[in-house]
Amino acid sequence: MSYITKSPWIIHYDGSSCNGCDIEVLACLTPLYDLERFGIVNTGNPKHADVFIITGGINELNRPIVKNTYEQMPDPKVVVAVGICATSGGVFRDCYNILGGVDKVIPVDVYVPDARPDPSPSLTASSRPWVFSKRNGQRWQRKGGEIIND
Amino acid sequence: MIEQKHTIIEIPVSDLLKKTEEYHTKGHRLVQIGCTNLGDRYEVNYTFTKSWDFESLRLTVNDGDVIPSISGTYWGGAFIYENEIHDLFGLSVTDINVDFQGHLFETKIPAPFKNPPKVTKVPKGGDA
Amino acid sequence: MGNRIVVPFGPPQHPVLPEPIHLDLVLEDERVVEAVPTIGYVHRGLEKLVEKRDFQDYVFIAERICGICSFTHSVTYCNAIEHIMGIEVPPRAQFIRTIWMEYSRMHSHLLWLGLAADAMGFENLFMNAWRLREEILDDMEATTGGRVIQGSCKVGGIRRDIGDEKLGEMVDHLKKIRPLLEESNRIFTHDQTVRHRMRGGLGTLTKEEAWDLGAVGPTARGSGCDMDVRSSGYSAYGGTRVQTGHPPPHGGLSGSLPRPLGRGARSSRPRRTCGGKDARRPCRRKGEGQSGWRVLCLLRTAPPWRVHALHKGQRQEEHRPPPVRTPTLTNIPPLVKMLAGIDLADVPVVVLTIDPCIGCAER
Repeated sequence: MSYITKSPWIIHYDGSSCNGCDIEVLACLTPLYDLERFGIVNTGNPKHADVFIITGGINELNRPIVKNTYEQMPDPKVVVAVGICATSGGVFRDCYNILGGVDKVIPVDVYVPDARPDPSPSLTASSRPWVFSKRNGQRWQRKGGEIIND
Repeated sequence: MIEQKHTIIEIPVSDLLKKTEEYHTKGHRLVQIGCTNLGDRYEVNYTFTKSWDFESLRLTVNDGDVIPSISGTYWGGAFIYENEIHDLFGLSVTDINVDFQGHLFETKIPAPFKNPPKVTKVPKGGDA
Repeated sequence: MGNRIVVPFGPPQHPVLPEPIHLDLVLEDERVVEAVPTIGYVHRGLEKLVEKRDFQDYVFIAERICGICSFTHSVTYCNAIEHIMGIEVPPRAQFIRTIWMEYSRMHSHLLWLGLAADAMGFENLFMNAWRLREEILDDMEATTGGRVIQGSCKVGGIRRDIGDEKLGEMVDHLKKIRPLLEESNRIFTHDQTVRHRMRGGLGTLTKEEAWDLGAVGPTARGSGCDMDVRSSGYSAYGGTRVQTGHPPPHGGLSGSLPRPLGRGARSSRPRRTCGGKDARRPCRRKGEGQSGWRVLCLLRTAPPWRVHALHKGQRQEEHRPPPVRTPTLTNIPPLVKMLAGIDLADVPVVVLTIDPCIGCAER
């Protein structure tokens, strides 16, 4: 993990998920997987956060909240969609109240598609932004090649 | 295993408050209020219990009927369910003590459970 | 008397709650006069999927009502279908279901205890509870393949068997975990920090109030109501020694904390009898279908909650959305009552004592 040079903080939001992914995101931070050893801290404040971890397929009521939280985060920022519901709506895609994926609302950088993400891939995904950062020479690159910040 | 007996009593809407009051006096607690769309009518079940056995009061109502709220008797238990019936099934419930005016469940389409269910069978293991 | 102001708590993204719920708190100076909850942020409308999915597929949708008490949701749904169709579940399947339900219960309790500790700012205890939870999840993963969503229940039985050797290992593992759970419980009941935070009977609900407001599960038991749906002996609970009833008063704590207390260790007891119980291989038996409308109301306990599922019909065309009644939905009125009259700073702690699971409550 020598490519980690910074300690980004995460903010987590449950966008209409079944909780399964949420507790696995939290489990990443607790002693067994211990993401905190890389200096990654769960913060409740979007203004302190670098990585936005979002679960669930987003419903109508959540849309403005997700957008608002995203906009409050300072650049550079990374959005991680955890779980298949956050990726595409998953089993809930046919539900009347589900928009079907985080990318319907805000741009997503990393997807972790799994119905019950194991903490290990989530952990990799959370540390992925550093891979990005290294590869692009301290630049944060997003899908589509748009460079957010130097 | 303890058998949980379930008695269903069909009552007209006008008797609801009186019957509910009786259950409250007898010391029953409210288990749930549930609504089911039967296509041309709705069935609202009020379930009470004291120990293991359930007793349900069943109303059969049509679209547009007005149901009185039982939140006068059951201060706590009732308001969440009654607001839910209003928001999801589009039935009107009058005099709820905490009336959310349709903002408890804000859904993309109003009263999603209101329309008679359209059954579109998905082949097993297949995609919609 | 100060002016009344309304403070939104959790708008709905809030540091203390992993899930979105919004409370409008009417304050008079620092004191909460009234709390008005708003839910709907997690409402997916999955009950409506009943119309699109085959009942055997819906077991897995039902499981995703909530990712914490997922196994119990699938069992409840299966029980409803089995009841309607008259299917008898083989005893071994019943016992294995019960084992998994109890494992779910334990991991859910530890999760809750951890979050409750987090709400009062006791980070160390939070981490410790979640560390213990991982031990439970290890066995869960080894036997079902899933940590939080198991997908191992089906109508008429279960999809995976647990070998006798593995059952033995699980019992040995539980013996190791038990003292750790008891130690953790001791901190919750006797530690100065916790006691100080919960002083003065914070968020207490009397027995009469709890009954009248329709409190269920631990929230009701903490107030002295003796109800535990496991004691009805459904699934294989009838063949196990389940210690039910409300937890004994702990260390003079009269507040809201006794609710989650004393249950981690109690949960680990029935499993030992389950594990050693012999029964034959799970199989699926064909039952006789019954026609016509059937309604049933099932009480099932999910880890800390109970589920009321109402089901109609057997044929797909007659399959109607089951209004799923989970304890958080039922426990919201008691929560509103508990919040009235406490200080603003105590709101997060009291909210966490009902073990709010918004995913369950809104479906």
